Amino acid sequence: MIDAWFFAVIVLAVLIVLSIVRLILGPTAPDRVVALDTVNTLTVASMILLGALYRQVIFIDVAIVYALLSFVSTLYIAKYLGGEM
Amino acid sequence: MVVDLIFLIFLAIGLIFNTLGVIGILRFPDVFTRLHAETKTTTFGTIFLGLAVVVYGASHFFGTGDGQYIVLSVHTIIAVIALAFTNATGAHAIARAAHRSGQKPAEAVVDRLAEVNP
Amino acid sequence: MIPFILTALFAFIIYLLLTAGSGELVLWSGPELAMGAFLSLVTATISRGFFCANRDYRMANPVRWGTLAAYLIGPFFIEMAKANVDVAYRVITGRIRPGIVRIRPGLKTDLGVLLLANSITLTPGTLTVHVDEETNDFFVHMINIKPGVEQKETADIMDVEAFFSFPRWIRRIAE
Repeated sequence: MIDAWFFAVIVLAVLIVLSIVRLILGPTAPDRVVALDTVNTLTVASMILLGALYRQVIFIDVAIVYALLSFVSTLYIAKYLGGEM
Repeated sequence: MVVDLIFLIFLAIGLIFNTLGVIGILRFPDVFTRLHAETKTTTFGTIFLGLAVVVYGASHFFGTGDGQYIVLSVHTIIAVIALAFTNATGAHAIARAAHRSGQKPAEAVVDRLAEVNP
Repeated sequence: MIPFILTALFAFIIYLLLTAGSGELVLWSGPELAMGAFLSLVTATISRGFFCANRDYRMANPVRWGTLAAYLIGPFFIEMAKANVDVAYRVITGRIRPGIVRIRPGLKTDLGVLLLANSITLTPGTLTVHVDEETNDFFVHMINIKPGVEQKETADIMDVEAFFSFPRWIRRIAE
């Protein structure tokens, strides 16, 4: 079962690298925000899996806080791009 | 064992949908269709990864009676609910900002919003 | 006074969920309970003004929370699974026909609008782009518009969803 957790986390890491390709390619700012949002979601998912792998509940607490903070940052970037700030 | 099989199936579904979401953002032509791929598939995939952790925690709780595993499951449920709600709202905010900043949907057959809010 | 009590209660329930399993008073330890009560009172003092902003206490009714849970597990989850198979098909084949349509669900409360917007975003081929704050009209980006729908001034909700009528469920939960 440990191998399955490790495999899943490695797949998620590869997916994060692929999303960073879109983050670099662009071509416009909203596209980059979409890619950043994907990276945030995948990071939260891999934190949950790592919490189960090492049996550390603190990882999942960090994942909750990370999800909420990344949501706030996404909202602020979106407000800035929409010209409301 | 049945629980191991359920857990592996959930993990596989989660990974497949996350992979499709990332392929979608690399492949689709404009920001709105990329948001479609990103929001739906990564949220759904992460819900299934969370379910895999919940199944794992519950089976170990009933196997060993250690309260730590049930704490793991409850916190995972809270994290997944927070993620699902914030992802949908964030996608809405990005779509609105993209439209306000002048991005038009590519290959669109109709755009009712541009008539109201150019 | 009522907003203060509701906010404190809500904050305390969230705190209890996050610290379950810390001691032997049922599931929590004594200091944890005292700290949770103190922190939820502080939170309620600061944020009572915007948690119940328009003096709307409908959601204090537990029956509505039960309906919300049933909605999330039943119709919403089925639609979401269908949405993902649909998006997977479009990612693989690349066959899309996008556009933005207007729908008029006729909801009145802010929570109802939030729930419907999030439901639409997570279900088949649709993404809420803008909500008109006066008429509560939704502008929905669809990835695959059925032929004929783009001629209509306001699209029907059944052109957007497939099996279940979301506004009817949402009205039961939030209005």
